[in-house]
Amino acid sequence: MFRLVDIAPPLVWQVFRRNFTVYRRTWMVSMSFNFIEPLLYLAAMGIGLGGYVSSMEGMPYLNFLAPGLTVSSAMFAAAYECTYGSYVRMEYQKIYDAIIATPASAGDVVLGDMLWGSFKSLLYGSVILLVILVLGLVQSPWALLVPPVLWLAGLTFAAMSMAWIGLVPNIDSFNYYFSLIVTPLFLLSGIFFPLTGLAAPVLAIAWFSPLYHAVQVVRSLVNGNVSPALWGDVLWLAVATLVLVPLALRLMHKLLVK
Amino acid sequence: MHTEPVIEACDLVKQYKGITAVAGVDFQVCRGECFGLLGPNGAGKSSTVKMIYCFSPVTGGTIKVLGMDVREQPRQIKARLGVVAQENNLDPELTVMQNLLSYAGFYGIPPDAARQRAQELLNFFELADRAGQKVDTLSGGMKRKLTIARGLINNPDILILDEPTTGLDPQARHMVWQRLNNLRDRGVTLLLTTHYLDEAHQLCDRLVIMYGGKILEQGTPHELVAKHIGSEVVEVGRGSAEAGSIIGQVAQLIRGHLVVGDILYLYPVDGRELMRELGRLRLTRLSLRPGTLEDVFLKLTGKGLGEV
Ligand SMILES: Nc1ncnc2c1ncn2[C@@H]1O[C@H](COP(=O)(O)OP(=O)(O)OP(=O)(O)O)[C@@H](O)[C@H]1O
Ligand SMILES: [Mg+2]
Repeated sequence: MFRLVDIAPPLVWQVFRRNFTVYRRTWMVSMSFNFIEPLLYLAAMGIGLGGYVSSMEGMPYLNFLAPGLTVSSAMFAAAYECTYGSYVRMEYQKIYDAIIATPASAGDVVLGDMLWGSFKSLLYGSVILLVILVLGLVQSPWALLVPPVLWLAGLTFAAMSMAWIGLVPNIDSFNYYFSLIVTPLFLLSGIFFPLTGLAAPVLAIAWFSPLYHAVQVVRSLVNGNVSPALWGDVLWLAVATLVLVPLALRLMHKLLVK
Repeated sequence: MHTEPVIEACDLVKQYKGITAVAGVDFQVCRGECFGLLGPNGAGKSSTVKMIYCFSPVTGGTIKVLGMDVREQPRQIKARLGVVAQENNLDPELTVMQNLLSYAGFYGIPPDAARQRAQELLNFFELADRAGQKVDTLSGGMKRKLTIARGLINNPDILILDEPTTGLDPQARHMVWQRLNNLRDRGVTLLLTTHYLDEAHQLCDRLVIMYGGKILEQGTPHELVAKHIGSEVVEVGRGSAEAGSIIGQVAQLIRGHLVVGDILYLYPVDGRELMRELGRLRLTRLSLRPGTLEDVFLKLTGKGLGEV
């Protein structure tokens, strides 16, 4: 029988719950630090650069920029959580080992950690959404659909990051992950400027960026110009998640089960 | 009572990418006993127990735990085991109590029952006053006790302990031994690995001696010593050079001998008589002492447990 990985949802939930228990103690601090960066970008780029750029794709620059920053905040949350966070739990704190000695499987632990990463994406992205709402940068009630999109994108990033651990299980390698993958995605996924003017090869590469698709959807929802074409981006994210999650589980299984 | 096997290992093999850690071992652990895997570093003890608690896949052979095959029903098996791994793996971000409760969740224990069980265990291990503290604030001995407490949260049929007292000071070791003896008296089956002979002596009803991935001998500590050594050992310091002539002169008085380094070990029929005879041969540096598992190990491998 073809069985990809062995998963027991109640135990996946227990892994999630363990992380939540720890987080409850420190959420204030960690959340407020997480605020600062997107707000700095919003201030520096939005107000600074916005002074020179009168409009972008027919809207004030700040309105163009702000929705993308909710998504990048979500991406960074999952990327940090499912590289440094998960790796420390696995390698230094031996928490994975301890849990795998209970009825939980390696797959339960890794999936639980990825869901936790996606939850942090949802949380951190939504907080930025609230901030831009308060700043008057949310134009449409369609924005209510942003959190589920943040969650889905978060799961994609969590799986991508976890797969990286599986491939290069070494804490120093995460520097490369961030400078070679995460930061380029951040800069080239249409958050700061539209990609339409770029050369075809660059556009082709951007199409492979999960962040690009998530930004397209979230910006449209926040600004209220929704169209059926957005389903294409959502589908892209869903497919990417369905590919990356099992891949991450597979790679991590190889690492954990010896 | 000590008859029903709860763990049966049959021709068990473990290989990691070319390294053979366990090279075909057979043993059985019976309900209610304390069973030991005694061996030096690298003997394959951890590899063996990791296969039993379904952490590490079996390369060859079979293990049945509580009648279930580790390959077929790992979750069901793990639900009924308690595990204390060699490396401390308490959750450093949780408090003492949270460590127990979080673990209880993985066994599906309802919160109220978990809290009650956790409190009982903290009392039993004298950690109740630490319940709200972070794990880093505990001493090494307390951490070990908490790890054992955590392994008992699901009321396991079998508690597996991989080197439960390595790295602890003598006082903490005695504390842990006392608790483990207590648990055995309450009917918990214990499977422990150790490279301490005194620990094996103190705790184990039966044990196997592992070396290089194989089992060299098995039995009760008493049986093993009686079989290979007898009740006493005479050590002749610097006796190795003249070993041949000494042995020749006392041949009727000994059951066997061993030369390791510059020491000659003699296994006397009657220790005092042999001592008198050796005295007549004007040998100094003699000592007569009871035979131990260390002597058994020395005889089986030609090496002391500490020097492998
Ligand atoms: N994950 C692994 N990958 C490769 N080799 C391993 C792995 N784990 C153990 N080994 C090797 O298997 C052999 C047996 O190791 P094991 O840990 O089972 O011994 P042990 O008896 O528990 O020793 P110790 O007293 O040091 O804990 C050793 O040679 C060890 O290097
Ligand atoms: Mg070991």
